[in-house]
Amino acid sequence: MDKPFAITLDPGSSLANHTGSWRTFRPEYVDRLPPCNAACPAGENIQGWLFHAEAGDYEKAWHALVENNPLPAIMGRVCYHPCEGGCNRQHVDSAVGINSVERFLGDEARKQGWKFAPPAAATGKRVLVVGSGPAGLSAAYHLTRMGHKAVIYEAGPLAGGMMRFGIPKYRLPRDVLDAEIQRLIDFGVEIQLQTKVTDVQQAMKDGFDAVFLGVGAHIAKRAYIPAGDANKVLDAVAVLRGMEGHDAPMLGRKVVVYGGGNTAIDVARTAKRLGAEEAIIVYRRTRDKMPAHDFEVEEALQEGISIKWLTTIKEAGESDIMVEKMALDDKGFPQPTGEFERIEADSVVLALGQDADLSLLENVPGLVVEGGMIKVDAGMMTGHPGVFAGGDMAGNERTVTVAVGHGKKAARAIDAWLRGEQYAPLPKAEIATIERMNSWYYSDAPKTVRPVLDIIRRQSTFEEVLGGLDETNALFEARRCMSCGNCFECDNCYGVCPDNAVIKLGPGKRFKFNFDYCKGCGICATECPCGAIRMVAEEN
Amino acid sequence: MSFQPVKFYQTGTFTVGNRLLPPEERSVQASTKRFNSINSGHRACQGCGEALGARYAIDAAMEATDGQVIAANATGCLEVFSTPYPETSWQIPWIHSLFGNTAAVATGIAAALKVKGLTQTPRTRVVAQGGDGGTTDIGFGCLSGMFERNDDVLYICYDNGGYMNTGVQRSSATPPAARTATTMAVGPAPGNVFGQGKFLPAIAMAHEIPYVATATVADLRDLEAKVRRAMEFRGARYIHILVPCPLGWGTASHDTIKMARLAKETGIFPVFEAEHGEIKSVLAIRRPLPVEDYLRPQKRYAHLFGKTPAVETIAHIQALADKNIRKYGLQARKGDH
Repeated sequence: MDKPFAITLDPGSSLANHTGSWRTFRPEYVDRLPPCNAACPAGENIQGWLFHAEAGDYEKAWHALVENNPLPAIMGRVCYHPCEGGCNRQHVDSAVGINSVERFLGDEARKQGWKFAPPAAATGKRVLVVGSGPAGLSAAYHLTRMGHKAVIYEAGPLAGGMMRFGIPKYRLPRDVLDAEIQRLIDFGVEIQLQTKVTDVQQAMKDGFDAVFLGVGAHIAKRAYIPAGDANKVLDAVAVLRGMEGHDAPMLGRKVVVYGGGNTAIDVARTAKRLGAEEAIIVYRRTRDKMPAHDFEVEEALQEGISIKWLTTIKEAGESDIMVEKMALDDKGFPQPTGEFERIEADSVVLALGQDADLSLLENVPGLVVEGGMIKVDAGMMTGHPGVFAGGDMAGNERTVTVAVGHGKKAARAIDAWLRGEQYAPLPKAEIATIERMNSWYYSDAPKTVRPVLDIIRRQSTFEEVLGGLDETNALFEARRCMSCGNCFECDNCYGVCPDNAVIKLGPGKRFKFNFDYCKGCGICATECPCGAIRMVAEEN
Repeated sequence: MSFQPVKFYQTGTFTVGNRLLPPEERSVQASTKRFNSINSGHRACQGCGEALGARYAIDAAMEATDGQVIAANATGCLEVFSTPYPETSWQIPWIHSLFGNTAAVATGIAAALKVKGLTQTPRTRVVAQGGDGGTTDIGFGCLSGMFERNDDVLYICYDNGGYMNTGVQRSSATPPAARTATTMAVGPAPGNVFGQGKFLPAIAMAHEIPYVATATVADLRDLEAKVRRAMEFRGARYIHILVPCPLGWGTASHDTIKMARLAKETGIFPVFEAEHGEIKSVLAIRRPLPVEDYLRPQKRYAHLFGKTPAVETIAHIQALADKNIRKYGLQARKGDH
């Protein structure tokens, strides 16, 4: 080649210079566990379904949601959303309204008539599910997905368990409940109503390979209160169940509820709606010790329900009750003070917790019952091989969400057991804590507040208290998700690399590193908003 | 409930791209079709802010001109690490000038384009680029002449506060109290002196040229918008980009963008744009921070944080930042998030 003066070499590209050899640390794309997912008792992949909702693809989002939980419209109403408690966005402005987006998706599915994806090929195995509450429905759904035949035996006249006979209508309208149960029946779950199982071993002889027990906890705990003949002392379970019949329970003008859990709140709010002038909750400890969720207490107070803290009921008379004031001792336990007071009351409702009816298990060998609950292993199997249990009868934390989680876990364990394998849950990724993220990149956007039913209507009707989001604000809310620990294709790594060593693979395909040129500076990891890149030391 | 329009795309405009935005609203750097004007294989240190800033700026200039850019490049890090003979990382027409005459070389290219007269106003645009040494010290005379004559050149200065590739010596852009090889951390006033300062964007504004802007590698959208805006003018234009240097500043290679962000958020480096000598917009501080947050991670300021912290020196630097905040109106504003 004829070269200019003093030039001896052909021009070359710096691409010949593989700067990747300088590297002592290499970046790696990771999927960390978002704190919302880690906190979800039903094991939902919340970040996963919000990812689709953010793009406005609600159907895909719903399908991703129901991979773990078949009851989104119900859950979007009754779940106490521990996910929002874990949400990293609270360190930026306020937690993402996950629960309201879930409800929006659940309601969209009802409106659009979305169906579950078809189940796996039939395995020929049959599993008996006892009880059609959230645990039973969830177990039956997941078993059906895996190709097993799930048959639910339900003792009551209608399916739903405590969702129907325990949760008031103003929190869970029954058309929502019916629609989600119907979708499960359409999917292939068989429900036999009015079929009480009195002996599990006998019932299994109907050709079942395994059994899942989800009978709930329906027996109200009692406390001894000396009472005159005329005074009405009722229990919360009976009152709430009575709300499902044609004749609402007669509670009178002044109702006292004894207890401090969510059930006590439900009863007091129900009493108010039935026309009680006064609904008073009597609780022996203080508000911070109350097991009821704070927002429920708040809603009850807004509706005019009064709460007497540090008080116990001593006796119930004809038209009033005697209460005693309590005081906390050094250890924080309430102790009687000897100060008494009389409160007018037409009825007293005890909301002191519930026990499970375990009589159907009397003859099953190997079962262990502890503290009124059945003991299960990590795969929800009881001491008797092939008998699994979940929901209120197998745990202390008694919520719909926990029950759905139990049902899913048990279904997976049953599936493994039917194949003669040991159930081993997948190892969990490390949690995407806020320290592992770069919150600079998220612009401020406060939470969308759900419309709340007008206070007068709340006190007099059983209409739903919380409204839903509409399409625009549901989309807004979904987009508040920071996608903690999971790439959401913001192109930051691709843009900030000083060496062009990140390859963009196109929509939905994320990115990869070009290790020929990556010098391992780590800017991509530091500037990744969601913490989906990790730096690891190179060997040698 | 009040109507809430969905104008929110999960990350606002802070990230490089955003899968929820239509492609035309994303940054140049988000595109797989970006020019990569300075390509892989260059020999800049790990985490080099200048390599990053140069690609951001020149890619944006290429995008704004349909790929019609000729660049003149002063001697300095950028030239040294991108073109060791016979390799080049540049994927654009690029010429290496002397250390001090880049502005003059660029003026010459612009004049040649005019003389060749291919069209009435040349479609091909000229960019001159250099580091702070080649711009504020050695090339200052040529640059001032280019401004004064209003030659049709966009001059981009990548400011890393010193002569870094020759071993971190002081330049007139080295900030006060910073340790360099020629301003050691010894004596009663360790590090660089608190001189009068030489903030070149202000000097450029004094020439009342059509466009002057500052930017950092921490705010890509802002940087690209300024390059695009600069290309809308004919005449002399100047963009001053803060590009942290892990080697010279003594910072971790992964903190390059973070350091630029801290410089802006503490008020140390004002980000603004001006047309014909008047300020048109400033980038307000989003999350106000004390200068200490910016100084402490840098080893060139380590002597300020010894056993007895140099409280007075830090206060002096804080006063300079506060003055910037006052002078340019950088205060955090409600609703600017």
